[in-house]
Amino acid sequence: MSAEIPIQDVEHWLSLYEQMYRIRCFEEAADNLYTRGLMPGITHLYIGEEAVAVGVCSVLRDDDWITSTHRGHGHCLAKGSDVGRTFAELLGRSTGYCGGKGGSMHIADQDTGNLGANGIVGGSTAIVAGAGLSAKLRGTDEVAVGFFGDGALGQGQLYESMNMAALWKLPVLYVCENNQYGEYTPNDQTIAGEILDRARAFGIPAHEVDGQDIREVSRVAGDVVAAARRGEGPSFLQCTTYRYRGHHVGDVDRPYRTRAEEEEWQATRDPLKTLADWLEAEFGVAADVVEQLETEVRTAVDDSAAKALDEPIPEDSEVTTHVYA
Amino acid sequence: MSTPNGAVREITYGEAVREAIVEEMRRDPTVFMIGEDIGAAGNVFKILTGLQEEFGAARVIDSPISESGIAGIGVGAAMTGMRPIVEIMFGDFTTFVMDQMTNQAAKTHYMSGGKLRVPMVLRTTMGAGRASAAQHSQSLHAWLSHVPGMKVALPATPRDAKGLLKSAIRDDNPVAIFEDKMMYSVTGPVEEEEFLIPLGQAEIKRPGRDITIVATSSMVQEALTAAERLAQVGLEAEVVDPRTMVPLDTDTLVESAKRTSRAMIVDEGCERYGVTGELASVIADGAFYYLDAPVRRLGAMNVPVPFAPSLEEQTIPNADGIFETARTLCGAA
Repeated sequence: MSAEIPIQDVEHWLSLYEQMYRIRCFEEAADNLYTRGLMPGITHLYIGEEAVAVGVCSVLRDDDWITSTHRGHGHCLAKGSDVGRTFAELLGRSTGYCGGKGGSMHIADQDTGNLGANGIVGGSTAIVAGAGLSAKLRGTDEVAVGFFGDGALGQGQLYESMNMAALWKLPVLYVCENNQYGEYTPNDQTIAGEILDRARAFGIPAHEVDGQDIREVSRVAGDVVAAARRGEGPSFLQCTTYRYRGHHVGDVDRPYRTRAEEEEWQATRDPLKTLADWLEAEFGVAADVVEQLETEVRTAVDDSAAKALDEPIPEDSEVTTHVYA
Repeated sequence: MSTPNGAVREITYGEAVREAIVEEMRRDPTVFMIGEDIGAAGNVFKILTGLQEEFGAARVIDSPISESGIAGIGVGAAMTGMRPIVEIMFGDFTTFVMDQMTNQAAKTHYMSGGKLRVPMVLRTTMGAGRASAAQHSQSLHAWLSHVPGMKVALPATPRDAKGLLKSAIRDDNPVAIFEDKMMYSVTGPVEEEEFLIPLGQAEIKRPGRDITIVATSSMVQEALTAAERLAQVGLEAEVVDPRTMVPLDTDTLVESAKRTSRAMIVDEGCERYGVTGELASVIADGAFYYLDAPVRRLGAMNVPVPFAPSLEEQTIPNADGIFETARTLCGAA
């Protein structure tokens, strides 16, 4: 182990493994619900990117804030939301986090500091700065973390937000989940120059992180979140990652990339396998221990999905509630 | 116009806006302002002079020229316990904030099933008449009024400007306030004592029995001027100011039209697909069996606002046009 990686006990890393695996199971179950025609609408799966959400959220406190994206289930669960209520929301049930009125693309959970998934690419890049400004004005040391994809790099509002966050030293962490594709377009066709230079132009410290290695994600995120908490202002992380599935559940043929590329990422850079291999090498965690944990998590997630299907749909009268507070 | 209670002074519309902000910022430490040139400059219309001096740069934040960004910052701050007042210098620039207001602020409470709230105020301007041409003269209040989740206020007097803004700041929803920039120096009576004007309460600015003139913002004064002239030809016009587009005090509008049997709507937004069409429809629906004539509309011409003053003045409804339309509607032409 290199000196800069903090030595934490095996339970910590197993817990992070469990969280990543729970997200993967959740997404596979969501895909299954969609495929069986049981889930309304469409959804965007986070499979392959689990280390980013879990790694970053592992260094956050309950009273820290996150803003999320259309690919937001992973952020939701990593910040502490309950699997069953998240499924219920995806299924449009009254017991979902938003009473079935938000769905996959708008799920929010104020109690865990999740200000919401967002159906507008880049739509929350300034909201996160507002949460950071609020934290500062209220005299707290809360930190606001904005997750966004590489697609959001094309939205001008991100740069307005970074400019102001830097000017006013807001406690904000910009987390770019660079999964290589903005919807159906490889991002070498959409991004000019170097991504990190865009943040550095505002004087914001920017780091490239292997988003498939949760140890690296959590180490770097821990450093920059601590800096933000100390009042040193915003940072920017580019987490290099890969979404195993299509842009959304209906994007099954993916003509914009090769199967070989997909297989290579999964075979060589899978975040679960990477951590499991390290756990075995570092702590001697045997494969059957991990398998046991996986079985328990998968059973619990599948049970939650099945139970959510039995939850009630909203009362018709809910259509007009909560338009105004 | 209703008479305020207690001691009353004459102050300008701009001073009324400032008083509302100062009082609310003194009362509630979560209220803060963000906008362009609102610091030492005291905003481009000079109505916020001294605000930053009193409350400091942390609560009166002079921002870069980033309308979309400051609107988004307002949304995020509002979701997490603050009550931001976001100033957009000219109403024309609300184009930049439409995503944040339409897709974020207005929908967050609903999409979250009532868990998250966005108690923010978007203050901006409207109105032509300053030879500012097509990009600094528009009245775009109908756009935000169209979006469920938004509240929209159009104060027409200094008293309304103060009372509505104070209510907007205390409201738990996003509220857009459109201030007619021609009115900042207009004076009117405002009581010394603190008061609020609830959102969603129209005011009968002048009672009358022959025709209802529903007017908004600066058109209220034009309607009152027209009403004086109508009185000289024997027609008593009732001037009704809805004050807020959303929530809309439908009852006051409809009841007035029922009493007078004739109604017209005057608003400075473009006539096409705008406020005049909506309000005319509300009255036509609610007072159909009482009406002696179709509801008439007077909006701004469906053209970009031209620069040359001789052209510009043609585009906005005025007292002359209101007078003629009302007289015709009353069959007295």
